[in-house]
Amino acid sequence: MLRRPIRRTRKGDFEVRISAEERRLLASLVPQLRAALEADDDPGGATDPSLRRLFPAAYPDDEVRDREYRSMVHDDLRARRQAALDTVEASVDATRLDEETLLAWMGAVNDLRLVLGTRLDVSEETDLVADGDDPDAPALAVYGYLGYLLESMVAALSD
Amino acid sequence: MSAPSPAPVEVDEPDLDEVTDIDTPWIVLVWNDPINLMSYVTFVLQKLFGYSRDKATKLMLDVHHKGRAVVANGSREKCELDVFRLHEHGLWATMQHDR
Repeated sequence: MLRRPIRRTRKGDFEVRISAEERRLLASLVPQLRAALEADDDPGGATDPSLRRLFPAAYPDDEVRDREYRSMVHDDLRARRQAALDTVEASVDATRLDEETLLAWMGAVNDLRLVLGTRLDVSEETDLVADGDDPDAPALAVYGYLGYLLESMVAALSD
Repeated sequence: MSAPSPAPVEVDEPDLDEVTDIDTPWIVLVWNDPINLMSYVTFVLQKLFGYSRDKATKLMLDVHHKGRAVVANGSREKCELDVFRLHEHGLWATMQHDR
């Protein structure tokens, strides 16, 4: 059985047991998402289609209200996502995280999955262990890893 | 001499949509998507709405099996805030009149 990489400690904070390589992977993904978010300054949210899951419609059948909603929340949603990325970047080498920091990690990892999963067009049937000659194999492996990490964070936070 | 007839007063016709806004409550829906983990959706519903794990799990399973579930309801302002918090957490949420 795989050891859980994130565990709640008796003191109530969280132990992060991931390898240096995994930390380098996270540290490399954060600036990619930050750059995509920075480029997306249109509240219409159409700049980068892979970001559409980060800024969904509230009123899919009411264009006017949806535009109002987007203009009201877009910058706030973006700023909160950027703040979570900043937190991950600042704590990526930490072996202990407090709950607030872990919640930021969880949000950032979920955002990364949403963007990567949208780019890969994953379905519930997508096999994350792709053939080595599949050009998407490395990205699918990263997507699968982020899911494993997120699952462990949710379990630790629910303990 | 007759009393002057009152000057016509411009009356704003009530906007039917606004009337519906007041009379009809709104519902917040979460839709199934192939990316969000089932455990994550359950966790977010517990965290945002204070639902028990049983209730959040039932809603998550409705989303998974039926394609969507109503997770909250109330005034338009309250539902908009709920949708915003769900969007902040990456869930695919929308709102509409409860009809």
